[in-house]
Amino acid sequence: MSLVLTVEDIRKTYNGNEVFSGFSLTFEHARVFSLMGPNGSGKSTFLRLCALLEEPDSGSVKFFDGDRESAKDITLKRRITLVLPKGGIFNATVFDNISYGLKIRGVAKDEIRKRTARYLETFGLMEKKEQNALALSSGEAQRLCIARAMAIEPDLLFLDEPTASVDEKNSRIIEEIIIGMKEQGNPAVIMTTHDPAQAKRLSDRQFVIREKKIVLQN
Amino acid sequence: MDIVFDGFLRAFSLIVSFDRELLQIIFLSLKVSCAALVISVLAGLPLGTFLGIRRLPLKGLFISIMNTFMGLPPVAVGLFVYLMLSRSGPLGFMGLLYTPSAMVIAQSILAFPIVVSLCHAAVVNVDRAIGHAAQTLGATPYQVSTAIVREARYGIMSGIIAAFGRLIAEVGAILIVGGNIAGYTRVMTTTIALETDKGNFELAIALGIVLLSVSLAVNSMLHVVQRKGLVMARG
Repeated sequence: MSLVLTVEDIRKTYNGNEVFSGFSLTFEHARVFSLMGPNGSGKSTFLRLCALLEEPDSGSVKFFDGDRESAKDITLKRRITLVLPKGGIFNATVFDNISYGLKIRGVAKDEIRKRTARYLETFGLMEKKEQNALALSSGEAQRLCIARAMAIEPDLLFLDEPTASVDEKNSRIIEEIIIGMKEQGNPAVIMTTHDPAQAKRLSDRQFVIREKKIVLQN
Repeated sequence: MDIVFDGFLRAFSLIVSFDRELLQIIFLSLKVSCAALVISVLAGLPLGTFLGIRRLPLKGLFISIMNTFMGLPPVAVGLFVYLMLSRSGPLGFMGLLYTPSAMVIAQSILAFPIVVSLCHAAVVNVDRAIGHAAQTLGATPYQVSTAIVREARYGIMSGIIAAFGRLIAEVGAILIVGGNIAGYTRVMTTTIALETDKGNFELAIALGIVLLSVSLAVNSMLHVVQRKGLVMARG
């Protein structure tokens, strides 16, 4: 099975404190992976490194069978995306938020309309498409962030605590969406969670952060 | 009391009759202040945005200087521009002194730090997650900057409106570099000062009413923009 992500001997420190002390991992295509660990263990840092928002002190992060590594490669960057826990919702309509990634890629207007409508429907946000996205509830906002990420049809999706601070109903909807991705085999998903039961429910493989390294749990 | 009442009556008659001199002065005032505003926004908006987005050495010092310059005394700016443009000054060969262009230069200098500081403040106040979200959705560095500026739009507009408010009411700098020449460099504020000195209150009052109306309109716009930004931010 082809690889979507290879992490080699990665090290990261913040203000002299070591977060990761050098480990290597591979993630395959068509899989959902979950990463667990206590608060402050480095789960979000790992995702930020993988999503090219930060650089490791040493080691490398390679994507898609190691063909490209540069963080400046915009073509590569556009195949991966990260949904942050506080999603950075734009002060614009729900429609404009979801279509943002398509607009910056220069996708044709008709296609933007069609694809955005599809994701509005899938994520249950169609009725709110003209509403300012800042007025959404936290659960709807989280769905919007995932919809916005999915609209660009990435090959690799990082989800940082996708159901944290979300009510039960929205949590269930988000879980169903992730299960849908798993069944469809696209995109590959790497998510962080606090909940071992959720990790088991949603992912093919579970990793845990132990002694500044990420290790396979099952 | 009669002088004031009479002055107001005549002023209203000047306004409703669309007095040619009055209109010419109002038009020149708006032209000079708008031109200065455009120049200061063209230079100040990218700089303020750049300073807000990038980490740069001595940025704090530069911002402090800009904040200080927001309160620049107009007469000091007028004097500086006068010295630069006077016949014996380094730019004297351009022959700009006592022209509307000199007034635009002086007002651009006054507005520039306001635009830079307020744009910087607006951009800095944008949640960092906005830039990260744009980045993770595949935005180029330029597109990330655009997304941040878009989020800061209400703050930026407030800054621009505040700068215009300062320019339209400014008198010291344009009086020094413009010379208050009738029909050429005479604007609302300088005319009010001159006509009051001459005891010719009707034109002064008429222009005062127009100036107050413009200021009221500018402040109302500022209020609307700030309110809209607040409502949006609260959702």
